[in-house]
Amino acid sequence: MTHKEYKKMTDDRAKRSPTLLNCIKAFVTGGLICVLGQALTVLYQELGASVELSKTLSTISLVVLAGLLTGIGVFDVIAKQAGAGTLVPITGFSNAVTAPAIENKTEGFINGVGAKMFVIAGPVIVYGTFASAVYGVMYYFLLRGGLAG
Amino acid sequence: MRNEILHFNNVFIENTSCVGGKKESEGPLSAYFDMLEPDEYFGKDTWEKAESEMNTRAVNFLLSKAKLDYSDIDLSCGGDLLNQCVATSFVLKNCDLPYLGLYGACSTMAESLIIGAVFKSSNFAKRVLCFASSHFCSAEKQYRFPLEYGGQRTPTSQSTVTGCGAILLGDSEKCRVEVKEAVVGKIVDSGVTDVNNMGAAMAEAAVDTVIRYFGESNLSPDAFDIIATGDLGREGYELACELFKRKKFELFGKYTDCGMLIYDLEKQDVHAGGSGCGCSAVVTAGYFYDKLIRGEAKEILLIGTGALLNPNTVFQKQSIPAVAHLVRLSAR
Amino acid sequence: MEFLDWVKVFAVGGAFCVIAQILIDKTKLTGAKILVSYVILGVILTAVGLYQPIVDFAMAGATVPLTGFGYLLATGVEEAVVERGLIGAITGGLEATAAGITAAVCFGFIWALLFKSKIK
Repeated sequence: MTHKEYKKMTDDRAKRSPTLLNCIKAFVTGGLICVLGQALTVLYQELGASVELSKTLSTISLVVLAGLLTGIGVFDVIAKQAGAGTLVPITGFSNAVTAPAIENKTEGFINGVGAKMFVIAGPVIVYGTFASAVYGVMYYFLLRGGLAG
Repeated sequence: MRNEILHFNNVFIENTSCVGGKKESEGPLSAYFDMLEPDEYFGKDTWEKAESEMNTRAVNFLLSKAKLDYSDIDLSCGGDLLNQCVATSFVLKNCDLPYLGLYGACSTMAESLIIGAVFKSSNFAKRVLCFASSHFCSAEKQYRFPLEYGGQRTPTSQSTVTGCGAILLGDSEKCRVEVKEAVVGKIVDSGVTDVNNMGAAMAEAAVDTVIRYFGESNLSPDAFDIIATGDLGREGYELACELFKRKKFELFGKYTDCGMLIYDLEKQDVHAGGSGCGCSAVVTAGYFYDKLIRGEAKEILLIGTGALLNPNTVFQKQSIPAVAHLVRLSAR
Repeated sequence: MEFLDWVKVFAVGGAFCVIAQILIDKTKLTGAKILVSYVILGVILTAVGLYQPIVDFAMAGATVPLTGFGYLLATGVEEAVVERGLIGAITGGLEATAAGITAAVCFGFIWALLFKSKIK
């Protein structure tokens, strides 16, 4: 049997993830996390913060909350059900930073916590920053050329 | 032509021991463990130390059950899944015991039995300690994600068994189980790249070894009470059944898999079943050995299966080759 | 905020997650790859002017998902380039996202101090 035939044989019979159910769970949890983010923004505004500051505080709150839930071992239990529902919101980024930091504490604060903190989430920063810098340069020349702004 | 089957002389199992974790205590084979530790840290502060502690306990259990001391043993051989096999080698730090470290991925228990049996059979050693282990948490940390990371597993993925099985080879009058024959596996690459479907990566290797055995042996699969692969899980088991069927090879309903025996796949959250060196190690040292000494089974074939990969080869999108070693255990 | 606004937040935020879920289940893309794609997608959609309308429509429903992180990077870099010229291309992105990243780093460290890895 060739690798191709074997791959077909294994793929044909492999049990699939229940996508529809997963999508419903992801939709509900993801939606609720965004509603929580919005509610916090409204709350901070009510408390007197500016619109911009409220948004920033809301983001920080979600990051802190997701990190805390990760620390007490609740986040991964929720995420097992929610899937992309907890992964895609900023909560997923926070979890991806906190989880390896906690797990690798046994290798010390430098080689463990410090070095491993971005082992999962690092690429997000790398490619996000890179993309923004590329866009910034393009935007600069578009402005100079009078094509944007 | 190559002789596929190794025939051993006077290699018997003097005693066995096995230690498991919490999930194993909730599985159908819990009665066959010497000890089930609810604390996954085994009283230690890191996962790596926990696995070594688990192995230390298994070895100590074995020695006390056999009423022996380290000095009564000539050789030890074993392995685990951690980088450089530290969980196994660190156990023997202060034990005054010659040691051979083995890596056969999840086939290590079968591999250590073969090496041990060769030493015993050729009289280079009178007593050999064979053991293998895996720990869910240390394996997750090394091969997958931190425990606190929120992710979903696919249905074909398997759950690493927290367990250590230890088997003492020797030959006293009292021994009831013989390690009779073995087939050393070949590396078989099925081209599988999905780390979440190890069963598929290993099924062809297992089938190859079984067919090599029966091609040379004059026994029929019907002569065996149990023919068990190490940790193909439900996915790999069903694939192997399909492969046997295509080769028109009849197994008379004797075929099963340790990864399916150790957990209740319906009730426990283990997806396609158990995996890891500890899986076939504890099922063999606990359940199979018990069946053989009670006379509930007379002939058992264990086919330890190992998927050979490391995290870098996976990121390089290299396929996952596999190896499967066969060991025949007979009651006398 | 009226009830309908909350529905918008919920539905759009949920929809971003559903797309990712389908990608995970059907293509075996890992979580890290999804996150990276979402951030880059956010930058690109903002650059071509498609993301601002989604933000205006769904608010947190568009800013909380990781595409919103990309949106923040892109709008940050735009502002900085307008204010400071080419150097803004270097400083703008991380300046705008500094709060989220710094919170994740600092609290990640604090949680690591306080908690220990455990099995559920």
